[in-house]
Amino acid sequence: MIQPSHFTAVLLFALFASTVFGITMRDTPRRMFRYGVYCFSLFVGSAIVISWVMFLIAR
Amino acid sequence: MPTPPSKSAAGKSSQQGFVYLPLIAGWLVPGAGHFLVGKRVRGALISISIVCMFALGLGMHGKLYSSAGDILDLLGLLGDLGNGLLFFIGRIAGLGADPVQFTTADYGTKFIVVAGLLNVISAVDAHNLRTGRKES
Repeated sequence: MIQPSHFTAVLLFALFASTVFGITMRDTPRRMFRYGVYCFSLFVGSAIVISWVMFLIAR
Repeated sequence: MPTPPSKSAAGKSSQQGFVYLPLIAGWLVPGAGHFLVGKRVRGALISISIVCMFALGLGMHGKLYSSAGDILDLLGLLGDLGNGLLFFIGRIAGLGADPVQFTTADYGTKFIVVAGLLNVISAVDAHNLRTGRKES
C-alpha cells in the first residue's frame, strides 16, 4: 500500500492535474508549459497558505 | 458575387469521417484521442498523468464507486466513469472494493475521481482538435 504524506500527495496531485490543464487549456507548447507551471504553483501555494490558516485558527 | 471562403468551409476537409472518434477513444483510453489527431507527445503526457493518478489512487487503497446510493456516491461514480476502460478493468479485477479506512485511502479515492474528470477534459480537447474548434 502506498502511503504518501499529505504534502507528497499534494505535490503528486498538482503535478498530474497541472500537466493536463496545461495541455488542454493552451495552444502552443510554450504557453502550455507556462500555464502548467502557473497551475502547479497555485495548487501547491494555496495548499500551503490554507494549511497555515487552519493551523492558526486551531490554536 | 462569390462569397469568401468561410472558416467552417475551410475546415470541412478536416471533418470528414467520424468526428466523435477521438472523443470516444480518448474517454476509453487516456491520451488515445490526441494520438488519433496526431498529437503524440500530448497524448503520451496525458496518458502518463491520468494512468499514474489512477494507479496511485488504487495503490493508496482508494475506493472505486460501484453504486449510486446517495448524491455523493452518484457524483463519485460519474467521476470514476470518466476513467473509461481503466474503471471497468478495475471493477472486473475487484480493485478498489475495500471500504475507506485510512486517510491515504481517502486521498486515493479523490485521485481516482479527479483522474476521471481530467480524462473527460482531455477527451473533449481531442474532439475540439478534431473538429477544428481548437487550432493546434
